[in-house]
Amino acid sequence: MKWRRTTAPRVAAEPLDQSRIAWLMAVAACALVPHGSHLPGWLIAVAALLFTWRLAQWKLGWPGASGLVKLLVVIACCAGVSLTFGRLFGREPGVALLTLMLVLKLHELRSTRDGHTVVLLGYFMLLTAFLYSQTPAMAAALGVSMTVITAALIALTGPPAAPRALLRHAAWMMAQALPFMLVLFVLFPRVPGPLWGLPLDAYSGTSGLSDSMSPGSISQLSLSGAIAFRVRFEGDAPPARDLYWRGPVLSAFDGRTWRQGSSAQRIGDGVPHTVPGRPLGYEVTLEPHNRNWLFALETVTTLPAGVRVSDDWQLFGRDGVRTRRRDRFESVLGARPGIEEWSGHLDAARQLPRDGNPRARQLAQTLRADSPADTVEAGLRLFRREAFVYTLTPPLLGDDGIDAFLFDTRRGFCEHYAGAFVFLMRAAGLPARVVTGYQGGERNEVDDYVVVRQSDAHAWAEVWLKGEGWRRVDPTAAILPSRIERGLADLPAGEPVPFVARVDLGWLRSLRHQWEAANNAWNQWVLSYDQQKQRELLSRLGMSQPDWRLMTIWLASLCALFATALTLWAMRRSVSADALARAWSGVDRALRPAGLGREAWEGPLDYAARIGRLRPDLAPVLSQACRLYADARYGAVPPAAATRELKACARALRRQRTPPRP
Amino acid sequence: MREAIRRWLATLGGSPALPLTLDRRRIFVLPTGPGLAFGCALLAMLLTAINYTLSLGFALVFMLAGLGQVALLHAFRNLYALKLRETVPEPVFAGQHAGFPLWLDNDASRPRPALQLTMAGADPVTIDLEPKQSRAVLLHVPTTRRGWLSPARVTLNTRYPLGLIRAWSYAKPAQRCLVLPRPEIDRPPLPATAAGEAGLRPRGDGSEEFASLRDHRAADSPRHVAWKTSARTPDAPLLTKQFEGSDGGDLWLDLAQLPATLSLEQQLSRLTGWVIDADAAGLHYGLALPGTRIAPSSGPAHRARALRALALHGLPT
Repeated sequence: MKWRRTTAPRVAAEPLDQSRIAWLMAVAACALVPHGSHLPGWLIAVAALLFTWRLAQWKLGWPGASGLVKLLVVIACCAGVSLTFGRLFGREPGVALLTLMLVLKLHELRSTRDGHTVVLLGYFMLLTAFLYSQTPAMAAALGVSMTVITAALIALTGPPAAPRALLRHAAWMMAQALPFMLVLFVLFPRVPGPLWGLPLDAYSGTSGLSDSMSPGSISQLSLSGAIAFRVRFEGDAPPARDLYWRGPVLSAFDGRTWRQGSSAQRIGDGVPHTVPGRPLGYEVTLEPHNRNWLFALETVTTLPAGVRVSDDWQLFGRDGVRTRRRDRFESVLGARPGIEEWSGHLDAARQLPRDGNPRARQLAQTLRADSPADTVEAGLRLFRREAFVYTLTPPLLGDDGIDAFLFDTRRGFCEHYAGAFVFLMRAAGLPARVVTGYQGGERNEVDDYVVVRQSDAHAWAEVWLKGEGWRRVDPTAAILPSRIERGLADLPAGEPVPFVARVDLGWLRSLRHQWEAANNAWNQWVLSYDQQKQRELLSRLGMSQPDWRLMTIWLASLCALFATALTLWAMRRSVSADALARAWSGVDRALRPAGLGREAWEGPLDYAARIGRLRPDLAPVLSQACRLYADARYGAVPPAAATRELKACARALRRQRTPPRP
Repeated sequence: MREAIRRWLATLGGSPALPLTLDRRRIFVLPTGPGLAFGCALLAMLLTAINYTLSLGFALVFMLAGLGQVALLHAFRNLYALKLRETVPEPVFAGQHAGFPLWLDNDASRPRPALQLTMAGADPVTIDLEPKQSRAVLLHVPTTRRGWLSPARVTLNTRYPLGLIRAWSYAKPAQRCLVLPRPEIDRPPLPATAAGEAGLRPRGDGSEEFASLRDHRAADSPRHVAWKTSARTPDAPLLTKQFEGSDGGDLWLDLAQLPATLSLEQQLSRLTGWVIDADAAGLHYGLALPGTRIAPSSGPAHRARALRALALHGLPT
């Protein structure tokens, strides 16, 4: 049993010093504050209450929470969590329970081990904060939090010290850890996708186009300045008026709402028809919108692996887009696909409800012309000729919405125009469908990305013409051509233009471009740093064929390099003291050959006295050297100056050591 | 299993003799319990980051991993180039705690906080060293038997700064501590001299027989200094009064005189008590042990000699 005592005693046995409780409270505060914005209100209240109670116990000497109280709190909160979220597992309930554990642990600080538990929970809470926000500001805030938690860890282990000194120490250690972090971040092989099924609530609150369109759905979206996706063109970006980003195609109409039809369900692996023309390559970085469709320019001809296309040229990924994703597409602009369209799809594109909107049906009969192309033209002429107003705040429409819009209100947004136009074409006997997506995009001069926002959401029509295929018709362009040329900024005066779409504030706009370019760089290189980006970067750094083996070798080598550098730093001695010792032993080396070396037990002054008796000729220099050394070592003389003089003395002694011949 | 690993680790470090400067090969590092928990938490965090594709989560995990690496080097650095030396421990009576003094010299211009010294049987001692500071640490080990007590191997530990990594080193002090026999507590009074007088003679009763003067020795009791004679010749060394060394006059503490019913240890224990009493009373006493005779004298050096003889009686040297 003897050996057991030689090892260090267990940490758990060490009682927790009361002075460290302040640090653990700070850990809890740092870990909980970033979660304030998304935890349920009642939980925030419970956490704040428990925290304040602990604070009062520490500062005012209140009684602590008893075991029964803690048990009741746990039971009540677990019930609350399962009531709020409907379950106890998953992302949101998990964060809620972690919060609860952390504040309750504050009431159970007895040993150093409890302190370590609080610190580890704190680190974990920082990670979960990134589930909700990964902005640069959040990263900076959590960097500060991490410094505080690390300082708490030092406080748990080390002697009591001023908070400022501990924070500085923690920051210094983190600065030393930074190279490891960068190497690991760049070279750690990235695994795509989730490892296990994500809980359903993993991605909520994302906005974007939906799979149906009723009056008001797109105009609502248009008020949002949020970025839908960013595009980098290989070569020059085409003008904004040609940029139609195709999204959900709606071919089924029930009298009020447009929905996806049968053609959207037939999904193949390749493009359904060949499209003539010169393809344009570009890369789309899509923000998560939690649906599985992707956006590309009409008409797409080359797809990346894993992207499939339906018969009506909608693009689909395998799962909902839950994280930012990047795809490279090629498209031929202005192409008219589907010359040989399957008759089933054409029939579906002529379907109308049996009744409703009688006036529109009547109107459609008057539009019928000799050729289908003339019918389309007549329809467009109608919108151009009559006094239609393009507005973001259209009046509400009743049951026969198309009739009301065409004949009574005549005020509407793109979804009204596209819907009414397709209705008219179908009533006139032509296959037609509504296409939703985004139109246009704004080029950011700073980083040359084209940014497409939710405010660019748009709806247009497609009419199938025999011998020509699907022709894109944008009735909105007929009402307000500038909408297509320049976006929403040219809406008539008095319209609530989304703030980001205003053009009149030039400096603000350029500031915004700078900001968004920085954000995009952050997104592209930090947040979306995935397998593909990793390969790209490593190839650019000259690593041919970067695979995980090569990456691991590099990773290990670079980490070893940094570890070695740090080890050398750790083993660096105090140079000045060392130099002094060397100079001092130089004196000894100078005299040793003459049998006048210093004994191991001799102090410098004793040594000088002894040699002075033996060799009075050496006494002046040697006693000076010995006094120098003694003063530098034990006194206030700076070692650097003494070192120089000691060396001079050693040289002098070397010359004098052979006794002068009598 | 754990025991086997620990025993193996214990042999691994060797027992380097003092004085010692801790170098690269003498310092060992391993994660502590909290360090292992930290590693497990990192793994869980890494899985979370992968699963939710949290780029900043990766950054956080990698930062913490780097921090662990840095903590290792800082713990190592806390011991690196530290100097250890020892001094001779003070003798103690059995039953008391022997204090092995160990000196830690910090030549570096940085502090070395939270250094913990442990020795088998001793309570661990934790100290903080300031820059360029030397401090002595007493490692207190309980004693039970008289004789020489050899110090066990000393482990110098530090978990500083993060408590996740333990760096440690071993040293083997060589200076033994002399453990004196435990003085008998309810011991009989000092024995009478052979002449039948009471051993405890009242001071200055004139019955001692002054014999001669000799040079003063450091061990002599100040009461026996011939102050008057010395005062007359201030340049001459002090003189000590020699008393007639007859058996009747001096106190002999003789093991053979003790009742045979007592065990040897009990006898030594009683003699130890008497030596203390005699010294406290300022008596002139001699010690007779089988094979050892210490001529009657007095003073701290004499006392130490007598106690040492008692402590080591019958023990292999």
